Parts: sequence; C-alpha cells; structure tokens
Amino acid sequence: MMEEFLEHTLEPHFNFWIYVILMMIGLWAVIAKNNMIKKLIGLSIFQTAIILFYVSLGVKDHATIPILDHHAPAEESVEHGETDHGKPTEKTASSDHSQEKHHEAEAHAIDPDTMANPLPHVLMLTAIVVGVATLGVALALTQRIFKEFGSIEEDEILTIIKGGNADE
Amino acid sequence: MITKVFATIAVVITGSLLLYGVTEFPSFGDPHSPPNAGVKGGGESVSQYFITHTYKDTKVPNIVTAVLADYRGYDTMFETVVIFAAGIAIFVILRVVGDNSDPTRSGEGKRTSPITSDHNRIIIGTTCRIVIPIVQLFALYVVAHGHHSPGGGFQGGVLFGASFILLALASDLNTALRRLSEKNYFALAAVGILIYAGFGILCQVLERNFLDYSILQKIFLTDGPEMARSHSMLGVEVGVAFTVTAIMFSIYANLSSRGTLKNGL
Repeated sequence: MMEEFLEHTLEPHFNFWIYVILMMIGLWAVIAKNNMIKKLIGLSIFQTAIILFYVSLGVKDHATIPILDHHAPAEESVEHGETDHGKPTEKTASSDHSQEKHHEAEAHAIDPDTMANPLPHVLMLTAIVVGVATLGVALALTQRIFKEFGSIEEDEILTIIKGGNADE
Repeated sequence: MITKVFATIAVVITGSLLLYGVTEFPSFGDPHSPPNAGVKGGGESVSQYFITHTYKDTKVPNIVTAVLADYRGYDTMFETVVIFAAGIAIFVILRVVGDNSDPTRSGEGKRTSPITSDHNRIIIGTTCRIVIPIVQLFALYVVAHGHHSPGGGFQGGVLFGASFILLALASDLNTALRRLSEKNYFALAAVGILIYAGFGILCQVLERNFLDYSILQKIFLTDGPEMARSHSMLGVEVGVAFTVTAIMFSIYANLSSRGTLKNGL
C-alpha cells in the first residue's frame, strides 16, 4: 500500500507535492501572521511555489536546455557580408561552409522532445524580476506604515486607527 | 489565536484539494504531457513550434530569449514598464526630499559599527575593488551575448544593479550614488523603456505592426528579416537591461536609507 503510494502517486509528482506544500506555507503565513514583514515573506514563498510549479511543468526527461548548438563566428561574417542578396548559407566563411550548412539543417530538423519547454522559463524569467520589483514596493509601503504608526504589527495598527489618534 | 485556527483550517482544505488535483497531473518529466506537447490530436503545440521554428525565423539559438524579446515582445515590454512603475511607486511612497532628518538616524557620520572600522574597510574595500569590475563585465557579457547563450536583459540588468548594491553595501550609499545619482538612474530607466518602445514605433513607422522587427532589415541592412529580428532582440534586451539596472539600484537606495538617500545601511 505504502510502496504503491510512493511509486505511483508521490514519485512522479514529487515536485507538484512540494509546490502545493510550499504554497500552503506561504498562504498560511499571509493569513495567520500578524507582522507585515512575515506576511511579505509568506507572499514570497507563495510566489516561489508558483515558479517551481511552472518550471516543473516544462521539464522533459533526458532533455537539454532550450539553446541550440550554433557557431557564433558565422554571425560576424553575415553582418559584414560583401554581397547583399545571397543565401544566408553562402555568406558564411568559406572554410566551414559545409559544416555550417550541416548545422543549419540540423537546427531546422530539431526534435522538440530533446529540449526543455522554453515557455515556462520565459514566463518565470520576467515573473522573478517583476516579483523583486513589487516586493520592493511592498517593503516601501511597510516602511511608510512604520513611519506613520510606529509599528508593523497588524493589530496594533488597527487599534491606533480605531482609537482615532492615527494622525499623530 | 482565532486567525491561526481559521488559517490552518483554510490551508488544510485548500491544500488537500490541490493535492487531490495533483494526482491527476502528468508525470514529472513526461515529454508528451499537455504543457509540453499539446493535447492529443491538436497538432503542434506552441512550445514545440518555438523549439522547431525559432532558429529558422530569427537566427537566435537561445529560444528563451527569442520567445521573450520577439514572439512575446509586447508582453516583455510591459513587464519592463511594470518594473519602471515599481521604481516610481517606491519613489512616491518613500522618498523624502530635503533635510528633515529622521530622529532614529541621528549620529550620522560617527557610527562605530565594526563594518566602518579601518581594519575591515581594507579587506572589504579591496575585495570589492576586485569583484565589482568582474561582476559588471560579466553583466555586460550576459546582456550582449544573451541571445546566443544563457542570459538576456533581465539577468544582465539584475547583475549590473547588484554590482552597484555591492558598492553601496561595502562602503556607503553616497559612494554608490556618486557613480549613479538619482537623476541619472531614473533617466537610465526611462531611456531603457524608450529604447524598447522605440523599436516598436520604428516598426510602425515602416508600416508594419508594433514590434514586428523583420521590417528593420531596411535599417540594419542585414541580408534577411531573420538577422534583423536577431539584432532587434539585442537592442531590446539592452533597453530592458538599462531599466532593470536602474530600478534595482533605486529600490535598494530608497529602502536602505528610508527615502532620504543618505548614509544607507
């Protein structure tokens, strides 16, 4: 029973279990914690869980990173090419002409199963940087609240607001 | 206490529902799962199209960068705008202009924390003098080579911003601000957006859609729309790097000095 559970339920979905657990830790912190910085830590954990989820979806067994094998020097000769309207393969340096042609043919006939899914990486790449920027805004708001109320504990701020001496 | 009980109940219910859903997920690493290969009978999925066609379309080997800066260029432009807006928001929320010094910050200049004593300053200062140029050089490489190897505007921008943060941590905020002042970093951030949007508008001027780079071969004089897209991606990534560098440093500068931009941590 236990072995069956481990083999068929937990093992193929291990990353997804971790994502749910991380997300719930974050959610619990956001709901239950009284300190605003701790709430923000919870929010960050939540966000990390989502990133783990997306990246896990894009994983393929025995696949490599989504960057094609390619020779950079060919790029230079294309840029400073002498003629203007030839086939791209003819623009490359003559010495590795056949090699380059071979490479291009290879790149065109690429098998998608040999490369990790690039889409989750693209989405999470921007999400991470935007996440840092928005976390900065949240921290700035927290600093501002501390300046106004002298506290970042939620219940203390609420009593100050209800007590009506918030303008202090 | 009551919130903790409530939170635990909510988390347990949500978590168990999600875990119940997880059992129906495709196995980890399955290349034929719906996110990787699309639904059965639905033909080629979007990600498969990107893998097989990116090099043909754009001559960019790094598929992630190609999707980021070209196929999803519009999305990335507004991600950059979000970062810029975050920088402006922090400025509006926190920045204190003028000299109303914080009472908790009195005693500026005569702090005797161990980090400012001479002994440590030699070690940290020398280390930073060696490390920061390498970090910045690597950041430039990550930006400039981002469409051929792992990297790109976001990653390079964060690295470059981190080098300024390192400088501010090692000495103090004023030293870093002397190299990248507030006026300059906001200008840099705006210029970054301008470069990105400029590429889009340039395409429109040449009577194509916004951010449809292939028409830019008329300007770059490349031998085909693919290389024009490749070069435009580099340009756009440089714009992203400008904005990210500036905003990362501005976030640190404002947060560490409580908006006064003095002294810092």
